[in-house]
Amino acid sequence: MYKILTKKNIAPETFYMEIEAPKVAKSAKPGHFIMVKADEQAERIPLTVCDVDTKKGSVTIIFKAVGASTELLAGFDEGDSYLDFAGPLGNETELLSEDLEDLKTKKIMFIAGGIGAAPVHPQIKWLYENGIKPDVILGARSKDNLILLSEIEKMADNFYTVTDDGSYGRKALVTEVLEDLIVKEKKHYDLVITIGPLLMMKFVCLVTKKHDVKTIVSLNTLMVCGMGMCGACRATINNETKFTCVDGPEFDGHQVDFDEILNRQSIYKDEEKEKLYQFAHSEQEFKNRRK
Amino acid sequence: MLSLNRIPVREQNPDLRKHNFEEVCFGYNEEEAVKEAARCLNCKKPMCVSGCPVSIDIPRFIKHVKNSEFEKAAQVIAESSSLPGVCGRVCPQESQCEGKCILGKKGEAVAIGKLERFVADWSREHNIDLSKKSPFNGKTVAVIGSGPSGLSCAGDLAKMGYGVTVYEDLHEIGGVLVYGIPEFRLPKEKVVKPEIDNLKKLGVKIETNIIIGKTITVDDLFDKEGFSAIFIGSGAGSPRFMNITGENLNGVFSANEFLTRVNLMKAYKKEYDTPVHVGKKVAVIGGGNVAIDAARTAIRLGSEAFLVYRRSKDELPARAEEVHHAEEEGLNFRLLSNPIEIISDDKFWVKGLKCLKMELGEPDESGRRRPVPIKDSEFIIDVDSVIISIGTSPNPLITSSTKGLEKNSKGCIVTDGEDGRTSRKGIFAGGDAVTGAATVILAMSAGRKAAKAIDEYIQNN
Ligand SMILES: Cc1cc2nc3c(=O)[nH]c(=O)nc-3n(C[C@H](O)[C@H](O)[C@H](O)COP(=O)(O)OP(=O)(O)OC[C@H]3O[C@@H](n4cnc5c(N)ncnc54)[C@H](O)[C@@H]3O)c2cc1C
Ligand code: FES
Repeated sequence: MYKILTKKNIAPETFYMEIEAPKVAKSAKPGHFIMVKADEQAERIPLTVCDVDTKKGSVTIIFKAVGASTELLAGFDEGDSYLDFAGPLGNETELLSEDLEDLKTKKIMFIAGGIGAAPVHPQIKWLYENGIKPDVILGARSKDNLILLSEIEKMADNFYTVTDDGSYGRKALVTEVLEDLIVKEKKHYDLVITIGPLLMMKFVCLVTKKHDVKTIVSLNTLMVCGMGMCGACRATINNETKFTCVDGPEFDGHQVDFDEILNRQSIYKDEEKEKLYQFAHSEQEFKNRRK
Repeated sequence: MLSLNRIPVREQNPDLRKHNFEEVCFGYNEEEAVKEAARCLNCKKPMCVSGCPVSIDIPRFIKHVKNSEFEKAAQVIAESSSLPGVCGRVCPQESQCEGKCILGKKGEAVAIGKLERFVADWSREHNIDLSKKSPFNGKTVAVIGSGPSGLSCAGDLAKMGYGVTVYEDLHEIGGVLVYGIPEFRLPKEKVVKPEIDNLKKLGVKIETNIIIGKTITVDDLFDKEGFSAIFIGSGAGSPRFMNITGENLNGVFSANEFLTRVNLMKAYKKEYDTPVHVGKKVAVIGGGNVAIDAARTAIRLGSEAFLVYRRSKDELPARAEEVHHAEEEGLNFRLLSNPIEIISDDKFWVKGLKCLKMELGEPDESGRRRPVPIKDSEFIIDVDSVIISIGTSPNPLITSSTKGLEKNSKGCIVTDGEDGRTSRKGIFAGGDAVTGAATVILAMSAGRKAAKAIDEYIQNN
């Protein structure tokens, strides 16, 4: 059992949970993810490791309750426990294997959309702790949905925010800001790292491809096992099939077939709707499971 | 007069069972088992034993069954096997013990598998405790993977007095026995769990959700956790794909994904959250146990299933009993057919499977006749899902994170001889991780041989 030490509702439907998992905390690095299964009947869900506290032996996850399974996760409270929590999985971020001195000479830009701020956070933090301040564009639907704003702002060199409705920062898409920075302000970037909704990553990659800037994306495909034994997570990278859980989750964004992944996200659309319907119609059963 | 025919075993009616996940075969009752056991000739030179990968003293246990001494029969089997309830159900007996039975020359071989299963079930139902435990000898061993190889290695070491910890990366214990082989062939609560509980009774510690190579490395198991030796029984779980057009379409799954959703995640039960998608018509590509299991699972989920295999029926590697059961359940065989493309509709979903007709040519290195394509023989099977079951390879997580652990070109861990010694001192391996996908009994046998070798190694170091 993996105890929930802290639970915070940090934005609409968005939850911050600190989970007691000392073995995972000890070995997790930026870029890794975990598989969590709330209770006996639950699905296994991949979530990025957002932070670790090795002293406390805890791992922080942040997720948005958007479907039946994440709603179930969100239904658990401080002091409750999740049944299974396995990790760290996937490869640590490519940044970690690079030469630090070399990295210091490079201009790095992070672009995060919505909940994507959570997975970029440990990477920015790692750079910051090693004396590197990247530029960051943070985007969300509205002001309420901008998460980790102050945490990330203080570690960024240049910091830009956008919202779809203009309730905070510029009313624009992250790609518009990026395009302006490169074209109008003649800024040079050696590396862009973008994490967020698939469509956003796809369009960021189109912009960076045009300007020939190396771009890393982190793919959140469907997963069942998270450790290379099912192939549910497969994606086409540079015309080759890869398992995002063991070969990724980070890939060169210019080699990713985004449309295929977008299609594959919808495989269980009908089944998912059915489950939400079931939950809605047996509120009591759902409540019972939250404990 | 000796009967040439077996005592028939009772089974669920095919029309009924294709709509449920209950076990197909009911097994023998005491009376039937005693009668079947009486058919055994108790040969002086029992060929059946030579066909058994773990050399169970078959005539001796059958003699006890004949005399209604079921507990004694269980003791005989326990000398050689720690998973009799499993093996009685899933071993390919027709090519092992029963394949060698003298009675099989003129009539039907003794139903050794069914008798083994009977003895195991009887002994479980009567709570027979077969575990002989020794006091803790002060040394600890780590076992990676909780499939048949890891479990049997752990069991034997615990009996010798070692402190054993099994590390499993999934959330359930049992390896393929829980995530792969379906409930209707191998009941989890009734058969697998009690056989695992027997191990726990021996004092074996089991930690789930630990991915060796990620959560903890093999070297940490020695350096930080202080284990004296390690057994790797991590299986061959990584699914292979065919590299044909359309393989990533919606509606295409590996058999591992499909079976994991249904068995491990229990998607067939309404109260479980994990979804499974199977269309109205599904093509399963392959001919092994895994393919047949996937097809029969799809049938139970309401789909019309087609088994697409490139050789003929005689070459199907699956157990004969499963092929027979699958036929009874209405599986359609598309033999001598080789898939070349999965066809998409305009929404990126599977619409059909394009195949070539094959004929059998000269035998290849495996001794089976090689399938060769017939020119201009393309045809399309009209399906809306495809399940790919053409084999699996060992997962590279352990070999890639352990320096000096030799593997071959197929990713299998290289061992020296029969006892599972690897290129690294103190590390032993066995089961599918070494051989590539094989059988439960071979994995179990490898685990037990390695346990012996680990004991010798620790005593001499
Ligand atoms: C659908 C299906 C049907 C089958 N039917 C039959 C049959 O009828 N008869 C028969 O004899 N055989 C059958 N087999 C084959 C048989 O199940 C295997 O040969 C056997 O289970 C191999 O045992 P094993 O212990 O080597 O590995 P596995 O059973 O694969 O167990 C390995 C375990 O190790 C775990 N693991 C892997 N990597 C790590 C890691 N890094 N850290 C921690 N844990 C790890 C895995 O999750 C798994 O639980 C079938 C297989 C499948 C898939
Ligand atoms: S999620 Fe199972 S292989 Fe990647």
